[in-house]
Amino acid sequence: MSIKGKAWKYGDDVNTDVIFPGKYTYTITDPKEMAIHALEDLDSKFAKEVKKEDIIVAGRNFGCGSSREQAATCLKYAGVGAIVAKSFSRIFFRNAINQGLPLVQCKEAAENISSGELIEINFEKGKLSCKKGVFDFPPLPESVLGILNDGGLIPHTRKILKIEKGE
Amino acid sequence: MGKTFAEKMLALKSGKESVIAGEIVTVSPDLVMSHDNSAAIAKKFKQIGIDKVKHPEKIIIPLDHCVPAATEKYASNHKEIREFVREQKIENFYDINIGVCHQVLPEKGHILPGTMILGADSHTTTYGAFGAFSTGIGRSEVASIWATDEIWLRVPETIKINIEGEIPPGIYPKDIILYIIGDLGADGALYKAVEFSGKVIRDMDIGGRMTLCNMAVEMGAKIGYVEPDEKTIQWLAPRINKKYEIIKSDADAEYEKIINYDISDLEPQIACPHTVDNVKPVSKVAGAKIDQALIGTCTNGRLEDLKVASKILRGKKISSGVRLLIFPASMEVFAQAMELGILQKLVKSGAVIMNPGCGPCLGAHEGALAPGEVCLSTANRNFKGRMGCKEAEVYLASPATVAISSLYGEITDVRGDLK
Repeated sequence: MSIKGKAWKYGDDVNTDVIFPGKYTYTITDPKEMAIHALEDLDSKFAKEVKKEDIIVAGRNFGCGSSREQAATCLKYAGVGAIVAKSFSRIFFRNAINQGLPLVQCKEAAENISSGELIEINFEKGKLSCKKGVFDFPPLPESVLGILNDGGLIPHTRKILKIEKGE
Repeated sequence: MGKTFAEKMLALKSGKESVIAGEIVTVSPDLVMSHDNSAAIAKKFKQIGIDKVKHPEKIIIPLDHCVPAATEKYASNHKEIREFVREQKIENFYDINIGVCHQVLPEKGHILPGTMILGADSHTTTYGAFGAFSTGIGRSEVASIWATDEIWLRVPETIKINIEGEIPPGIYPKDIILYIIGDLGADGALYKAVEFSGKVIRDMDIGGRMTLCNMAVEMGAKIGYVEPDEKTIQWLAPRINKKYEIIKSDADAEYEKIINYDISDLEPQIACPHTVDNVKPVSKVAGAKIDQALIGTCTNGRLEDLKVASKILRGKKISSGVRLLIFPASMEVFAQAMELGILQKLVKSGAVIMNPGCGPCLGAHEGALAPGEVCLSTANRNFKGRMGCKEAEVYLASPATVAISSLYGEITDVRGDLK
């Protein structure tokens, strides 16, 4: 699988409250509506202008804070194709994979990508291409990749339990 | 080479002889907690395509994030949860009158040393104060555990934090953990297990240990852990009737890092807007005006916290420009504080006593902020927009600092009052 999209660059410690504010956590249940509020308290332009397969590029500890899965869901439904960061907060990492949203942990790439440039990521080969060159990143562990390839944890669990189709 | 607590727990729960840091294992937890997010989790569970949860006895659901319901939407959310609980025969359900999940689970005897608790809440790390392995997971993961009784976890490396010295007057566990988070940074313990040890921890009461483990996640930790001792056993004794096994790290366990602190000269600490690791001594920001003061939440809403506040406020009135909100962490705390006359004292000082729950901590209700306002809170997060408004500022400090500051209407060093 590979994707190509525009980079939206942010800094360190982008937390779940600025990705998806707590005040919406129990009032917004439709993922498409969640997408309207993606990164609302960090970059008000983002949700309006983001295109399918665009890529978020950030510094350290992306997604720190709450366990709210909507932080991953809102980005996924806003069209984000992948997130490249120096590191990810633990629960956000899990939530993104569980929503079928690919993550690339690559310090060098995150440092070298400029906001707005077009970047391409090949997940099988573990390569990211941007203006400043091609960067290698380690593949995700096999068990984690399995969840991502099944489109997220719910379809993955359905597969494990050999259930044809859920509700 | 010996094993760490985290390695022992993940071997135990995955049915393996032994595991090492970095390994990925599949575990079956002892308990899975979710709160007001349980209706959303139930929807995901139904999407899997099965009707019945695998182990209803392993599921625990306290309502706390927006209780009582603020609007029709919140009310419908609670209603869906109550219906799901009935349908699935989940016995461990606590409705809106019990308290905050991280206080209620230990109080009601659900937390045992040497067990694994996973929760759809990042502050699930709190139960490490009792020698449990506990950490936060996402909603899909809870739904999946309800269906399969399994989840993957990576075995974390362990950082040991030794805290030595004598706690100076005016310094509380909250000051200590804020200082450590400020020192190590918001990702200073990312993916790691953090063991708190040393004389200060041995001397610390259970509530203080809970504050430390609660906030371990604010430096990225997967779990916080305090080795159970006589205090732990005494605290748990009247609450549980099951046998448990205390699991400890071996003396020769391999730690990724051992960090030593001596807190004998520590000043009161405060996390400034808008990150938890933006920590300064209170003396550096003293004089900053506040509009709202909050004592409560899963970090600092316990009886010992309310006692400290009432001692500082006793016989005095809070500043006329300040709203002081008190959220006891549970109904048990509320009842005890009432019996001891603590709530009466706080009310006389001008505080508003709220019902046990998360309150405005996540910006849902009961004290949200307006643009330009400043709140000094005992909670654990101060991110932009956290308390419902991105143009407001939130500072985090100990119950003592919050209480003294509400008297003066500005951020105040509590040590001045001790002289």
